[in-house]
Amino acid sequence: MSEPGSPVIAKRSGSKAWQAYRSNPLSVAGLVIVAVIVFMAVFADYLTPFPEHVGPIGDFAAMNMGPSETYRLGTDTMGRDLFTRIIYGYQLSLIMAVVVLAIATPVGVIVGLVAGYKGGWTDYVLMRITDIFLAVPPLVLAMAIMGFLEPTLLNGMLAITAMWWPWYARLIYNVTRAEAQEGYVLAAETVGASTMHIIFREILPNCWPSILTKMTLDVGFVILMASSLSFLGLGVQPPTPDLGSMVAEGAKYMPDAWWLSVWPAIAILIIVLGFNLVGDGLREAFEAES
Amino acid sequence: MSTPILELDNLGKTFEADGHRVVALDGVSLTFNRGECHAIVGESGSGKTTIANLVLGLMPATSGSMRFNGVALPAERTKAHRRAIQLVQQNPLSALNPRRSVGASVRLPLDVHGIGVSRERGARVAGLLEEVGLEADYARRSPRGLSGGQRQRVAIARALACEPELIVLDEPTSALDVLVQARVLQLLQRLRQERGLTYLFITHDLAVVRAIATRVSVFQKGRLVETGPVESIFANPQSAYTRQLIGAIPVVTEEEAKIRNVIRAGTPTPLGTE
Repeated sequence: MSEPGSPVIAKRSGSKAWQAYRSNPLSVAGLVIVAVIVFMAVFADYLTPFPEHVGPIGDFAAMNMGPSETYRLGTDTMGRDLFTRIIYGYQLSLIMAVVVLAIATPVGVIVGLVAGYKGGWTDYVLMRITDIFLAVPPLVLAMAIMGFLEPTLLNGMLAITAMWWPWYARLIYNVTRAEAQEGYVLAAETVGASTMHIIFREILPNCWPSILTKMTLDVGFVILMASSLSFLGLGVQPPTPDLGSMVAEGAKYMPDAWWLSVWPAIAILIIVLGFNLVGDGLREAFEAES
Repeated sequence: MSTPILELDNLGKTFEADGHRVVALDGVSLTFNRGECHAIVGESGSGKTTIANLVLGLMPATSGSMRFNGVALPAERTKAHRRAIQLVQQNPLSALNPRRSVGASVRLPLDVHGIGVSRERGARVAGLLEEVGLEADYARRSPRGLSGGQRQRVAIARALACEPELIVLDEPTSALDVLVQARVLQLLQRLRQERGLTYLFITHDLAVVRAIATRVSVFQKGRLVETGPVESIFANPQSAYTRQLIGAIPVVTEEEAKIRNVIRAGTPTPLGTE
């Protein structure tokens, strides 16, 4: 099982970083939260007594039931187990976050590295394009893109990716500008190393702490963004279990059937909190290391 | 002995920023002879770092020209020129990539210039580390765990890996404390003798000049004030500015004089290694 943001990386680049991470109880709590959620998402099929509740089935005898022995968190308007829907919602959220970051991060990092190291016209063109994306409020941009496209899972991920990479470009641009002033870059230049070598073998390794920290924090934010889109009806469509749609759907039945919205909302809160705590812990750990 | 390796001919550099024109180097003609340690001294703003940058091809000259081994140096350096002229920087903390091993840093020039066969480069790196007084297993270590003096030795090994003819030493010891400074100078002196290297030694520290240089050129505000063999400049400085610089050297104690003699000899090693 893989744990995103686990301290494997920190461990490799020095036990000092891992010690700093471990010394903060909040970071450890974050790691536990993330580990539990990832475990639930990966083994969702085995953790629920109602794996079929992920699909478009209905059990109208059991609809809108409050928390009980059988349905620990209650049931939704179709009579499906909310706990089941939430752990499958986690599964989907994590897949979305991983796909979005797997595309947005390399794109943004390469743009930032090239613009920051090359300077001049390359810098000007790349960073102005980045600025245009950054100038539009993220949710509005995603909504605009979703307005043109069919509201499907894939398009939702594309829309979020399109608004996510500029933040990596901006971050890595600034890191690169600072690193380019370091003597080791000058040394590589005077030795005659190629631009490719300098960017990817000398500067990029020094960007990893910033990249990993931001990625970990962003898992939470991407999930929040995806939930916002589906809350507005622009993201994943039923019957796919999605935390944002569940909150939106349940809001109609507030406050009587409170469990419909409250549990998915808490689920979003916990996963975002967990990744934020891990991200903050990583940042402190990398600072302690250098 | 006095074959020219590098000749500067009326070399000039002007910077323009915010409408101001700053003359960093004002028509300097100077010859560096093969095998010498030629010190460039002057206070900050005297143009000594500009000379280093021009010689290394890091920026184009505004006027004048340079010849290396009698052939004009082009503004866009060829790989051969990059290899022949190397640099050791002032700050050894910044000069080594903290996320690459010592061995990777020293090996880089070997890979870039295709020196030796790929699988024997590891042995070559080990040899270079030993040549600068470090054990071969330093190759696996991170520069983070090294002292300033050890890092500077690694930087010297990296410069040597190119098998250069000329090394620009940009204040290579000013970030180190006195005893470490003496050991690094001793190493540089030995390497120059053993490998027949030429040094362009940039410094503001005349005590260091007296310890290692064979020839001195004094710069002030981008102009060459005077140049000559180190003994004659110290014994009989021609300009008021040089006299002023020499007057600023702290009085030498007997202990320091002894260290200096050891450095001059270039032999190991009453000073030991760190």
